[in-house]
Amino acid sequence: MPSVKLAPITIFITLTVLFLLFSFSIYLKPLREKDTQKATVLEQAAAGKDVWQKHNCHTCHQLYGLGGYLGPDLTNVTAKLGYSEVFLKALISNGMGQMPPFDLTPQEMEDLLVFLQEMNETGTANPQDYSPQLNGTFTLDNLE
Amino acid sequence: MKSGTWLLRLALLLLFLGLLFGFLASFAYRLTDAKSGILGFLTLRPLHVTSAYFGVVLGGLGCVALAIQKESIKHISFNLLKIHLTLWLIALVGIFYSYFIGDFGGREYWEFKPIWALPILISYFVFLIFYLKNAGSYKTWPVYKWMWFTGLVFYAFIFIENYLWIFPYFKEHLMADMTIQWKVNGSIVGAINQMIYGLAFYLMTKISGDEKMATSKLAFAMYFLGLFNLMFNWGHHIYILPTDRYIHHISYIVSMTEWIILIRIFYHWNQQLKENKTHFYFFPYRFLMASDYWVMINLAIALFMSIPALNLYTHGTQITVVHAMGTTIGINTMIVLAGAFYFIKPAFDSLKALKRMSILFWISQIALFLFLFTLSGIGIQRALWQAGITEGVFGQMMQNSRPWMIGFIITGTLLFVSLGSVVLYLLFYSFKGKVSFRLHKTN
Repeated sequence: MPSVKLAPITIFITLTVLFLLFSFSIYLKPLREKDTQKATVLEQAAAGKDVWQKHNCHTCHQLYGLGGYLGPDLTNVTAKLGYSEVFLKALISNGMGQMPPFDLTPQEMEDLLVFLQEMNETGTANPQDYSPQLNGTFTLDNLE
Repeated sequence: MKSGTWLLRLALLLLFLGLLFGFLASFAYRLTDAKSGILGFLTLRPLHVTSAYFGVVLGGLGCVALAIQKESIKHISFNLLKIHLTLWLIALVGIFYSYFIGDFGGREYWEFKPIWALPILISYFVFLIFYLKNAGSYKTWPVYKWMWFTGLVFYAFIFIENYLWIFPYFKEHLMADMTIQWKVNGSIVGAINQMIYGLAFYLMTKISGDEKMATSKLAFAMYFLGLFNLMFNWGHHIYILPTDRYIHHISYIVSMTEWIILIRIFYHWNQQLKENKTHFYFFPYRFLMASDYWVMINLAIALFMSIPALNLYTHGTQITVVHAMGTTIGINTMIVLAGAFYFIKPAFDSLKALKRMSILFWISQIALFLFLFTLSGIGIQRALWQAGITEGVFGQMMQNSRPWMIGFIITGTLLFVSLGSVVLYLLFYSFKGKVSFRLHKTN
Protein backbone atom coordinates (compact mmCIF):
# COMPACT_ATOMS: atom_id res chain seq x y z
CA MET A 1 0.00 0.00 0.00
CA PRO A 2 1.53 3.37 -0.95
CA SER A 3 2.14 5.72 2.01
CA VAL A 4 0.15 8.95 1.95
CA LYS A 5 2.27 12.00 2.75
CA LEU A 6 0.36 15.10 3.71
CA ALA A 7 2.08 18.45 3.62
CA PRO A 8 1.36 20.77 6.59
CA ILE A 9 -0.29 23.27 4.22
CA THR A 10 -2.78 20.62 3.04
CA ILE A 11 -3.82 19.71 6.59
CA PHE A 12 -3.96 23.39 7.54
CA ILE A 13 -6.26 24.26 4.62
CA THR A 14 -8.49 21.21 5.21
CA LEU A 15 -8.96 22.04 8.88
CA THR A 16 -9.55 25.71 8.07
CA VAL A 17 -12.29 24.84 5.56
CA LEU A 18 -13.98 22.62 8.17
CA PHE A 19 -13.70 25.41 10.71
CA LEU A 20 -15.29 27.89 8.32
CA LEU A 21 -18.17 25.51 7.57
CA PHE A 22 -18.71 25.02 11.30
CA SER A 23 -18.58 28.80 11.89
CA PHE A 24 -21.06 29.57 9.10
CA SER A 25 -23.49 26.95 10.38
CA ILE A 26 -23.61 29.06 13.55
CA TYR A 27 -23.85 32.38 11.69
CA LEU A 28 -26.96 31.04 9.92
CA LYS A 29 -28.70 30.23 13.18
CA PRO A 30 -30.63 33.57 13.34
CA LEU A 31 -31.85 32.94 9.80
CA ARG A 32 -32.93 29.38 10.57
CA GLU A 33 -34.80 30.41 13.68
CA LYS A 34 -36.22 33.73 12.57
CA ASP A 35 -39.20 34.74 14.70
CA THR A 36 -40.99 37.52 12.78
CA GLN A 37 -43.81 37.71 15.33
CA LYS A 38 -41.40 38.75 18.06
CA ALA A 39 -39.33 41.13 15.91
CA THR A 40 -40.14 44.26 17.94
CA VAL A 41 -39.54 42.56 21.29
CA LEU A 42 -36.23 41.13 20.11
CA GLU A 43 -35.17 44.55 18.86
CA GLN A 44 -35.90 45.97 22.32
CA ALA A 45 -34.09 43.06 23.97
CA ALA A 46 -31.04 43.81 21.80
CA ALA A 47 -31.24 47.46 22.94
CA GLY A 48 -31.41 46.11 26.50
CA LYS A 49 -28.24 44.14 25.91
CA ASP A 50 -26.57 47.40 24.89
CA VAL A 51 -27.60 48.87 28.25
CA TRP A 52 -26.18 45.75 29.95
CA GLN A 53 -22.86 46.33 28.16
CA LYS A 54 -22.81 50.11 28.60
CA HIS A 55 -23.07 49.74 32.37
CA ASN A 56 -20.72 46.78 32.52
CA CYS A 57 -23.26 44.54 34.27
CA HIS A 58 -21.27 41.45 33.22
CA THR A 59 -18.39 42.57 35.44
CA CYS A 60 -20.36 41.34 38.46
CA HIS A 61 -23.25 39.27 37.05
CA GLN A 62 -23.54 36.23 34.85
CA LEU A 63 -25.90 34.98 32.16
CA TYR A 64 -25.84 31.20 31.86
CA GLY A 65 -22.83 31.17 34.17
CA LEU A 66 -20.83 33.48 31.91
CA GLY A 67 -19.67 36.76 33.41
CA GLY A 68 -18.41 38.07 36.76
CA TYR A 69 -18.63 36.53 40.22
CA LEU A 70 -19.45 39.37 42.58
CA GLY A 71 -23.21 39.13 42.10
CA PRO A 72 -25.64 36.30 41.30
CA ASP A 73 -26.46 34.87 37.86
CA LEU A 74 -29.32 36.88 36.32
CA THR A 75 -30.49 34.53 33.53
CA ASN A 76 -33.75 33.76 35.31
CA VAL A 77 -33.95 36.74 37.66
CA THR A 78 -37.32 37.91 36.28
CA ALA A 79 -38.85 34.52 37.18
CA LYS A 80 -37.60 34.61 40.77
CA LEU A 81 -40.24 34.81 43.46
CA GLY A 82 -40.64 38.42 44.63
CA TYR A 83 -38.52 39.87 41.81
CA SER A 84 -41.32 41.80 40.15
CA GLU A 85 -40.70 44.55 37.60
CA VAL A 86 -41.25 47.21 40.26
CA PHE A 87 -38.80 45.52 42.63
CA LEU A 88 -36.16 45.13 39.93
CA LYS A 89 -36.49 48.78 38.91
CA ALA A 90 -36.07 49.86 42.54
CA LEU A 91 -33.09 47.53 42.96
CA ILE A 92 -31.32 48.88 39.89
CA SER A 93 -32.05 52.52 40.80
CA ASN A 94 -31.08 52.27 44.47
CA GLY A 95 -28.52 49.48 44.60
CA MET A 96 -28.19 46.81 47.28
CA GLY A 97 -25.19 45.54 49.25
CA GLN A 98 -22.13 45.85 47.02
CA MET A 99 -24.30 46.72 44.01
CA PRO A 100 -24.20 50.48 43.39
CA PRO A 101 -27.24 52.48 42.18
CA PHE A 102 -27.48 52.95 38.40
CA ASP A 103 -28.95 56.10 36.92
CA LEU A 104 -30.79 54.72 33.87
CA THR A 105 -33.22 56.64 31.68
CA PRO A 106 -36.79 55.25 31.66
CA GLN A 107 -36.17 53.87 28.15
CA GLU A 108 -32.92 52.19 29.19
CA MET A 109 -34.67 50.65 32.20
CA GLU A 110 -37.49 49.29 30.02
CA ASP A 111 -35.05 47.88 27.47
CA LEU A 112 -32.93 46.23 30.15
CA LEU A 113 -35.96 44.56 31.74
CA VAL A 114 -37.20 43.30 28.36
CA PHE A 115 -33.72 41.88 27.75
CA LEU A 116 -33.78 40.06 31.09
CA GLN A 117 -37.32 38.79 30.46
CA GLU A 118 -36.31 37.48 27.03
CA MET A 119 -33.21 35.88 28.53
CA ASN A 120 -35.42 34.07 31.04
CA GLU A 121 -37.56 32.76 28.16
CA THR A 122 -34.58 31.02 26.59
CA GLY A 123 -34.13 28.39 29.31
CA THR A 124 -32.77 27.75 32.79
CA ALA A 125 -29.27 28.39 34.14
CA ASN A 126 -29.86 26.56 37.42
CA PRO A 127 -27.66 23.41 37.58
CA GLN A 128 -30.26 21.81 39.84
CA ASP A 129 -32.66 21.66 36.88
CA TYR A 130 -30.32 19.25 35.06
CA SER A 131 -29.32 15.64 35.67
CA PRO A 132 -25.84 14.29 34.96
CA GLN A 133 -25.68 11.13 32.84
CA LEU A 134 -23.26 8.20 32.96
CA ASN A 135 -21.83 9.01 29.51
CA GLY A 136 -20.58 12.32 30.90
CA THR A 137 -23.34 14.50 29.48
CA PHE A 138 -26.37 15.96 31.26
CA THR A 139 -30.03 16.33 30.43
CA LEU A 140 -32.62 18.93 31.31
CA ASP A 141 -35.21 17.67 33.77
CA ASN A 142 -38.84 18.06 32.86
CA LEU A 143 -39.72 21.33 34.51
CA GLU A 144 -43.31 21.93 35.40
CA MET B 1 16.00 45.38 16.77
CA LYS B 2 14.25 48.46 18.11
CA SER B 3 10.60 47.94 17.16
CA GLY B 4 10.55 44.36 18.37
CA THR B 5 12.21 45.41 21.61
CA TRP B 6 9.66 48.19 22.08
CA LEU B 7 6.82 45.72 21.56
CA LEU B 8 8.34 43.56 24.27
CA ARG B 9 8.76 46.57 26.58
CA LEU B 10 5.14 47.54 26.05
CA ALA B 11 4.14 43.95 26.82
CA LEU B 12 6.13 43.96 30.07
CA LEU B 13 4.57 47.27 31.08
CA LEU B 14 1.08 45.87 30.40
CA LEU B 15 1.84 42.69 32.33
CA PHE B 16 2.93 44.78 35.29
CA LEU B 17 -0.23 46.91 35.04
CA GLY B 18 -2.28 43.73 34.80
CA LEU B 19 -0.79 42.55 38.08
CA LEU B 20 -1.24 45.96 39.69
CA PHE B 21 -4.90 46.36 38.65
CA GLY B 22 -5.59 42.77 39.64
CA PHE B 23 -4.08 43.42 43.07
CA LEU B 24 -6.23 46.56 43.50
CA ALA B 25 -9.34 44.78 42.15
CA SER B 26 -9.00 42.00 44.74
CA PHE B 27 -9.30 44.61 47.50
CA ALA B 28 -12.16 46.43 45.77
CA TYR B 29 -13.94 43.09 45.32
CA ARG B 30 -14.02 42.50 49.04
CA LEU B 31 -14.19 45.94 50.59
CA THR B 32 -16.26 48.40 48.57
CA ASP B 33 -19.29 48.57 46.33
CA ALA B 34 -18.57 48.11 42.66
CA LYS B 35 -18.40 51.81 41.81
CA SER B 36 -16.87 53.48 44.86
CA GLY B 37 -13.27 54.52 45.40
CA ILE B 38 -11.05 56.30 42.91
CA LEU B 39 -11.29 53.21 40.74
CA GLY B 40 -14.14 50.88 41.62
CA PHE B 41 -14.34 47.20 40.75
CA LEU B 42 -16.40 48.06 37.66
CA THR B 43 -13.38 49.88 36.24
CA LEU B 44 -10.60 47.81 37.78
CA ARG B 45 -11.71 44.47 36.37
CA PRO B 46 -11.66 45.64 32.73
CA LEU B 47 -8.33 47.39 33.37
CA HIS B 48 -6.89 44.23 34.88
CA VAL B 49 -8.17 41.89 32.18
CA THR B 50 -7.25 44.12 29.24
CA SER B 51 -3.73 44.80 30.57
CA ALA B 52 -3.00 41.14 31.28
CA TYR B 53 -4.56 39.91 28.06
CA PHE B 54 -2.86 42.39 25.78
CA GLY B 55 0.39 42.02 27.75
CA VAL B 56 0.47 38.35 26.81
CA VAL B 57 -0.55 39.06 23.19
CA LEU B 58 2.05 41.79 22.74
CA GLY B 59 4.68 39.71 24.53
CA GLY B 60 4.10 36.96 21.98
CA LEU B 61 4.17 39.38 19.05
CA GLY B 62 7.30 41.14 20.37
CA CYS B 63 9.20 37.88 20.79
CA VAL B 64 8.11 36.64 17.35
CA ALA B 65 9.29 39.93 15.81
CA LEU B 66 12.66 39.60 17.57
CA ALA B 67 13.01 35.95 16.55
CA ILE B 68 12.27 36.78 12.92
CA GLN B 69 14.67 39.74 13.00
CA LYS B 70 17.37 37.53 14.50
CA GLU B 71 16.99 34.81 11.90
CA SER B 72 16.36 36.83 8.77
CA ILE B 73 19.33 37.21 6.50
CA LYS B 74 17.78 39.87 4.28
CA HIS B 75 16.79 43.44 5.07
CA ILE B 76 13.87 43.53 7.48
CA SER B 77 10.76 45.72 6.94
CA PHE B 78 11.17 47.82 10.07
CA ASN B 79 8.55 50.29 8.86
CA LEU B 80 5.85 47.63 9.10
CA LEU B 81 6.83 46.94 12.69
CA LYS B 82 6.78 50.67 13.46
CA ILE B 83 3.28 50.97 11.99
CA HIS B 84 2.22 47.93 13.99
CA LEU B 85 3.56 49.40 17.22
CA THR B 86 1.95 52.81 16.53
CA LEU B 87 -1.46 51.23 15.92
CA TRP B 88 -1.21 49.37 19.23
CA LEU B 89 -0.27 52.59 21.03
CA ILE B 90 -3.27 54.41 19.53
CA ALA B 91 -5.60 51.58 20.57
CA LEU B 92 -4.18 51.29 24.09
CA VAL B 93 -4.38 55.04 24.74
CA GLY B 94 -8.00 55.05 23.56
CA ILE B 95 -8.92 51.98 25.58
CA PHE B 96 -7.30 53.11 28.83
CA TYR B 97 -8.70 56.63 28.49
CA SER B 98 -12.23 55.31 27.95
CA TYR B 99 -11.91 52.96 30.93
CA PHE B 100 -10.71 55.74 33.21
CA ILE B 101 -13.63 58.00 32.26
CA GLY B 102 -16.09 55.10 32.59
CA ASP B 103 -16.98 54.98 28.89
CA PHE B 104 -17.72 51.29 28.33
CA GLY B 105 -19.94 49.60 25.76
CA GLY B 106 -18.06 46.43 24.83
CA ARG B 107 -18.35 42.90 26.13
CA GLU B 108 -16.72 40.89 28.85
CA TYR B 109 -12.91 40.98 28.37
CA TRP B 110 -13.38 43.60 25.63
CA GLU B 111 -15.22 46.35 27.51
CA PHE B 112 -13.99 49.17 25.29
CA LYS B 113 -16.06 50.58 22.44
CA PRO B 114 -15.64 48.75 19.10
CA ILE B 115 -13.90 51.75 17.52
CA TRP B 116 -10.74 50.97 19.55
CA ALA B 117 -10.69 47.46 18.16
CA LEU B 118 -10.09 48.79 14.67
CA PRO B 119 -6.42 49.81 15.12
CA ILE B 120 -5.73 46.44 16.76
CA LEU B 121 -7.26 44.58 13.83
CA ILE B 122 -5.28 46.62 11.29
CA SER B 123 -2.12 46.10 13.35
CA TYR B 124 -2.60 42.33 13.00
CA PHE B 125 -2.79 42.55 9.25
CA VAL B 126 0.33 44.72 9.21
CA PHE B 127 2.15 42.18 11.37
CA LEU B 128 0.97 39.35 9.14
CA ILE B 129 2.48 41.12 6.10
CA PHE B 130 5.72 41.65 8.06
CA TYR B 131 5.72 37.98 8.98
CA LEU B 132 5.04 36.62 5.50
CA LYS B 133 7.68 38.92 4.02
CA ASN B 134 10.39 37.82 6.42
CA ALA B 135 9.66 34.32 7.65
CA GLY B 136 10.88 32.58 4.50
CA SER B 137 9.09 29.97 2.42
CA TYR B 138 6.27 28.14 4.18
CA LYS B 139 7.54 24.90 2.61
CA THR B 140 10.50 24.85 4.95
CA TRP B 141 8.85 26.27 8.06
CA PRO B 142 9.61 24.49 11.33
CA VAL B 143 6.60 23.84 13.51
CA TYR B 144 6.96 27.05 15.55
CA LYS B 145 6.67 29.19 12.41
CA TRP B 146 3.47 27.35 11.52
CA MET B 147 2.20 28.01 15.02
CA TRP B 148 2.99 31.72 14.78
CA PHE B 149 1.32 31.93 11.40
CA THR B 150 -1.75 30.11 12.74
CA GLY B 151 -1.87 32.41 15.77
CA LEU B 152 -1.76 35.51 13.56
CA VAL B 153 -4.35 34.37 11.01
CA PHE B 154 -6.83 32.99 13.49
CA TYR B 155 -6.49 35.89 15.91
CA ALA B 156 -7.41 38.29 13.09
CA PHE B 157 -10.36 36.12 11.97
CA ILE B 158 -11.72 35.60 15.49
CA PHE B 159 -11.19 39.26 16.34
CA ILE B 160 -13.52 40.19 13.44
CA GLU B 161 -15.99 37.57 14.62
CA ASN B 162 -15.84 39.19 18.06
CA TYR B 163 -17.59 42.25 16.63
CA LEU B 164 -20.39 40.54 14.70
CA TRP B 165 -22.65 41.62 17.55
CA ILE B 166 -22.71 45.16 16.22
CA PHE B 167 -24.99 43.87 13.43
CA PRO B 168 -28.68 43.56 14.46
CA TYR B 169 -28.92 40.25 12.57
CA PHE B 170 -26.74 38.65 15.25
CA LYS B 171 -27.60 40.84 18.24
CA GLU B 172 -31.35 40.28 17.98
CA HIS B 173 -30.98 36.51 18.30
CA LEU B 174 -29.91 36.14 21.93
CA MET B 175 -28.73 32.53 21.75
CA ALA B 176 -26.84 32.87 18.47
CA ASP B 177 -25.25 36.02 19.85
CA MET B 178 -24.12 34.33 23.07
CA THR B 179 -22.92 31.27 21.17
CA ILE B 180 -20.74 33.43 18.92
CA GLN B 181 -19.54 35.48 21.90
CA TRP B 182 -18.26 32.32 23.61
CA LYS B 183 -17.02 30.79 20.40
CA VAL B 184 -14.82 33.88 20.18
CA ASN B 185 -13.68 33.84 23.80
CA GLY B 186 -12.86 30.15 23.61
CA SER B 187 -11.08 30.03 20.29
CA ILE B 188 -9.18 33.30 20.61
CA VAL B 189 -7.39 31.79 23.60
CA GLY B 190 -6.41 28.96 21.28
CA ALA B 191 -5.05 31.48 18.76
CA ILE B 192 -3.00 33.22 21.47
CA ASN B 193 -1.77 29.84 22.68
CA GLN B 194 -0.55 28.99 19.19
CA MET B 195 1.56 32.15 19.25
CA ILE B 196 2.83 31.57 22.79
CA TYR B 197 3.43 27.81 22.54
CA GLY B 198 5.19 28.47 19.25
CA LEU B 199 7.48 30.80 21.18
CA ALA B 200 8.08 28.09 23.79
CA PHE B 201 8.97 25.65 21.00
CA TYR B 202 11.32 28.20 19.42
CA LEU B 203 13.07 28.81 22.75
CA MET B 204 13.45 25.09 23.48
CA THR B 205 14.91 24.56 20.02
CA LYS B 206 17.45 27.34 20.55
CA ILE B 207 18.32 26.36 24.12
CA SER B 208 18.81 22.68 23.26
CA GLY B 209 20.44 23.45 19.93
CA ASP B 210 18.37 20.64 18.42
CA GLU B 211 16.68 22.06 15.32
CA LYS B 212 15.33 18.65 14.36
CA MET B 213 12.80 18.69 17.17
CA ALA B 214 10.97 21.55 15.41
CA THR B 215 10.54 19.60 12.20
CA SER B 216 9.68 16.17 13.58
CA LYS B 217 6.41 14.43 12.72
CA LEU B 218 5.47 14.32 16.39
CA ALA B 219 5.88 18.09 16.72
CA PHE B 220 3.56 18.62 13.75
CA ALA B 221 1.06 16.08 15.08
CA MET B 222 0.88 17.99 18.38
CA TYR B 223 0.52 21.30 16.50
CA PHE B 224 -2.41 20.00 14.47
CA LEU B 225 -4.02 18.57 17.59
CA GLY B 226 -3.79 22.04 19.14
CA LEU B 227 -5.21 23.64 16.01
CA PHE B 228 -8.06 21.10 15.91
CA ASN B 229 -8.92 22.00 19.50
CA LEU B 230 -8.68 25.74 18.80
CA MET B 231 -11.28 25.31 16.07
CA PHE B 232 -13.74 22.92 17.63
CA ASN B 233 -13.45 22.62 21.42
CA TRP B 234 -14.65 26.08 22.48
CA GLY B 235 -18.20 24.81 23.08
CA HIS B 236 -17.10 23.37 26.44
CA HIS B 237 -17.62 26.89 27.79
CA ILE B 238 -21.32 26.82 26.96
CA TYR B 239 -22.66 23.35 27.74
CA ILE B 240 -25.47 24.91 29.77
CA LEU B 241 -26.40 27.42 27.05
CA PRO B 242 -29.52 26.21 25.17
CA THR B 243 -27.92 26.40 21.75
CA ASP B 244 -27.65 23.62 19.10
CA ARG B 245 -26.78 20.29 20.71
CA TYR B 246 -24.32 19.36 17.96
CA ILE B 247 -22.03 22.19 19.15
CA HIS B 248 -21.94 20.64 22.63
CA HIS B 249 -21.30 17.14 21.32
CA ILE B 250 -18.50 18.23 18.99
CA SER B 251 -16.83 20.13 21.83
CA TYR B 252 -17.09 17.24 24.25
CA ILE B 253 -15.54 14.78 21.79
CA VAL B 254 -12.82 17.18 20.57
CA SER B 255 -11.88 18.29 24.11
CA MET B 256 -11.27 14.69 25.11
CA THR B 257 -8.52 14.40 22.45
CA GLU B 258 -6.36 16.55 24.75
CA TRP B 259 -5.89 13.50 26.99
CA ILE B 260 -3.27 12.54 24.42
CA ILE B 261 -1.22 15.59 25.40
CA LEU B 262 -1.57 14.89 29.13
CA ILE B 263 -0.63 11.23 28.73
CA ARG B 264 2.37 12.26 26.63
CA ILE B 265 3.53 14.60 29.42
CA PHE B 266 3.47 11.74 31.94
CA TYR B 267 5.16 9.42 29.48
CA HIS B 268 8.09 11.83 29.16
CA TRP B 269 8.23 12.60 32.88
CA ASN B 270 11.73 11.16 33.53
CA GLN B 271 13.18 12.86 30.49
CA GLN B 272 11.59 16.12 31.65
CA LEU B 273 13.21 15.89 35.09
CA LYS B 274 16.63 15.18 33.56
CA GLU B 275 16.30 18.15 31.23
CA ASN B 276 15.21 20.36 34.17
CA LYS B 277 18.46 19.57 35.99
CA THR B 278 20.65 20.24 32.94
CA HIS B 279 19.35 23.73 32.15
CA PHE B 280 18.09 24.79 35.57
CA TYR B 281 20.32 27.86 35.99
CA PHE B 282 19.51 29.31 32.58
CA PHE B 283 16.62 31.68 33.30
CA PRO B 284 14.77 31.45 29.97
CA TYR B 285 14.70 27.70 30.54
CA ARG B 286 13.66 28.09 34.18
CA PHE B 287 10.49 29.94 33.17
CA LEU B 288 9.81 27.44 30.39
CA MET B 289 10.18 24.66 32.93
CA ALA B 290 7.65 26.39 35.20
CA SER B 291 5.22 26.73 32.30
CA ASP B 292 5.56 22.98 31.60
CA TYR B 293 4.38 22.13 35.10
CA TRP B 294 1.55 24.64 34.89
CA VAL B 295 0.52 23.13 31.55
CA MET B 296 0.18 19.78 33.27
CA ILE B 297 -1.95 21.16 36.13
CA ASN B 298 -4.14 23.33 33.89
CA LEU B 299 -4.61 20.67 31.27
CA ALA B 300 -5.80 18.23 33.92
CA ILE B 301 -8.26 20.84 35.26
CA ALA B 302 -9.42 21.68 31.71
CA LEU B 303 -9.99 18.04 30.83
CA PHE B 304 -12.17 17.40 33.84
CA MET B 305 -14.05 20.67 33.29
CA SER B 306 -14.71 19.67 29.68
CA ILE B 307 -16.80 16.69 30.76
CA PRO B 308 -20.34 18.15 30.64
CA ALA B 309 -21.58 16.31 33.73
CA LEU B 310 -18.74 17.84 35.80
CA ASN B 311 -18.86 21.16 33.99
CA LEU B 312 -22.48 21.49 35.10
CA TYR B 313 -21.21 22.06 38.66
CA THR B 314 -17.95 23.92 38.03
CA HIS B 315 -19.34 26.28 35.37
CA GLY B 316 -20.11 29.76 36.67
CA THR B 317 -17.85 29.26 39.68
CA GLN B 318 -14.33 30.52 40.42
CA ILE B 319 -13.04 27.06 39.41
CA THR B 320 -13.31 28.36 35.84
CA VAL B 321 -11.21 31.37 36.90
CA VAL B 322 -8.61 29.01 38.38
CA HIS B 323 -8.23 27.51 34.93
CA ALA B 324 -8.25 30.90 33.16
CA MET B 325 -5.73 32.54 35.55
CA GLY B 326 -3.64 29.39 35.77
CA THR B 327 -3.32 29.45 32.01
CA THR B 328 -2.75 33.19 31.66
CA ILE B 329 -0.23 33.52 34.49
CA GLY B 330 1.18 30.02 34.84
CA ILE B 331 1.61 29.22 31.18
CA ASN B 332 1.36 32.30 28.97
CA THR B 333 3.09 34.82 31.24
CA MET B 334 5.86 32.34 32.14
CA ILE B 335 6.58 31.71 28.44
CA VAL B 336 6.56 35.45 27.65
CA LEU B 337 8.99 35.99 30.57
CA ALA B 338 11.17 33.17 29.25
CA GLY B 339 11.18 34.95 25.88
CA ALA B 340 11.95 38.28 27.55
CA PHE B 341 14.89 36.76 29.45
CA TYR B 342 16.12 35.18 26.22
CA PHE B 343 15.99 38.34 24.12
CA ILE B 344 16.81 40.99 26.73
CA LYS B 345 19.59 38.86 28.21
CA PRO B 346 20.00 40.50 31.60
CA ALA B 347 23.38 39.72 33.10
CA PHE B 348 23.63 38.95 36.77
CA ASP B 349 26.78 40.69 37.88
CA SER B 350 27.04 38.84 41.16
CA LEU B 351 25.95 35.60 42.68
CA LYS B 352 23.81 37.66 45.06
CA ALA B 353 21.83 39.17 42.15
CA LEU B 354 21.34 35.73 40.66
CA LYS B 355 20.12 34.36 43.99
CA ARG B 356 17.71 37.29 44.37
CA MET B 357 16.13 36.48 41.02
CA SER B 358 16.03 32.83 41.92
CA ILE B 359 14.18 33.58 45.15
CA LEU B 360 11.70 35.82 43.30
CA PHE B 361 11.11 33.01 40.83
CA TRP B 362 10.28 30.49 43.53
CA ILE B 363 8.14 32.89 45.58
CA SER B 364 6.10 33.71 42.46
CA GLN B 365 5.53 30.01 41.70
CA ILE B 366 4.51 29.16 45.27
CA ALA B 367 2.35 32.31 45.53
CA LEU B 368 0.60 31.39 42.26
CA PHE B 369 -0.08 27.88 43.52
CA LEU B 370 -1.54 29.15 46.81
CA PHE B 371 -3.46 31.88 44.96
CA LEU B 372 -5.14 29.30 42.73
CA PHE B 373 -5.73 27.03 45.72
CA THR B 374 -7.63 29.74 47.64
CA LEU B 375 -9.56 30.64 44.49
CA SER B 376 -10.54 26.97 44.19
CA GLY B 377 -11.83 27.16 47.76
CA ILE B 378 -14.13 30.04 46.82
CA GLY B 379 -15.18 28.14 43.71
CA ILE B 380 -15.99 24.94 45.57
CA GLN B 381 -18.08 26.94 48.06
CA ARG B 382 -20.05 28.41 45.17
CA ALA B 383 -20.35 25.06 43.36
CA LEU B 384 -21.84 23.44 46.48
CA TRP B 385 -24.32 26.30 46.78
CA GLN B 386 -25.28 26.14 43.10
CA ALA B 387 -25.80 22.38 43.37
CA GLY B 388 -28.12 22.94 46.33
CA ILE B 389 -25.87 21.05 48.78
CA THR B 390 -25.40 24.14 50.99
CA GLU B 391 -28.33 26.41 51.66
CA GLY B 392 -28.90 30.14 52.05
CA VAL B 393 -29.16 33.16 49.79
CA PHE B 394 -26.35 34.35 47.51
CA GLY B 395 -25.08 36.92 50.04
CA GLN B 396 -24.74 34.26 52.75
CA MET B 397 -22.76 32.01 50.45
CA MET B 398 -20.43 34.93 49.67
CA GLN B 399 -20.08 35.64 53.39
CA ASN B 400 -19.19 32.01 54.07
CA SER B 401 -16.35 32.17 51.58
CA ARG B 402 -14.74 35.08 53.48
CA PRO B 403 -11.77 33.07 54.91
CA TRP B 404 -10.89 31.85 51.40
CA MET B 405 -11.27 35.40 50.12
CA ILE B 406 -8.79 36.73 52.69
CA GLY B 407 -6.33 34.01 51.67
CA PHE B 408 -6.91 34.98 48.04
CA ILE B 409 -6.05 38.62 48.77
CA ILE B 410 -2.90 37.74 50.76
CA THR B 411 -1.55 35.30 48.17
CA GLY B 412 -2.54 37.70 45.38
CA THR B 413 -0.48 40.42 47.07
CA LEU B 414 2.49 38.06 47.28
CA LEU B 415 2.10 37.17 43.62
CA PHE B 416 1.90 40.82 42.64
CA VAL B 417 5.08 41.69 44.56
CA SER B 418 7.16 38.71 43.38
CA LEU B 419 6.09 38.40 39.75
CA GLY B 420 5.78 42.19 39.45
CA SER B 421 9.43 42.52 40.57
CA VAL B 422 10.59 40.07 37.88
CA VAL B 423 8.63 41.96 35.21
CA LEU B 424 9.93 45.35 36.36
CA TYR B 425 13.50 44.03 36.50
CA LEU B 426 13.27 42.93 32.86
CA LEU B 427 11.63 46.17 31.84
CA PHE B 428 14.29 48.35 33.45
CA TYR B 429 17.12 46.14 32.22
CA SER B 430 15.86 46.44 28.64
CA PHE B 431 16.61 50.19 28.82
CA LYS B 432 20.19 49.74 29.99
CA GLY B 433 21.22 49.62 26.37
CA LYS B 434 24.41 47.67 26.86
CA VAL B 435 23.27 44.20 25.94
CA SER B 436 25.33 41.62 27.70
CA PHE B 437 25.86 38.22 26.21
CA ARG B 438 26.81 36.67 29.52
CA LEU B 439 24.39 33.88 30.06
CA HIS B 440 22.68 33.26 33.34
CA LYS B 441 24.50 30.11 34.20
CA THR B 442 26.41 29.59 37.37
CA ASN B 443 28.19 26.62 38.76
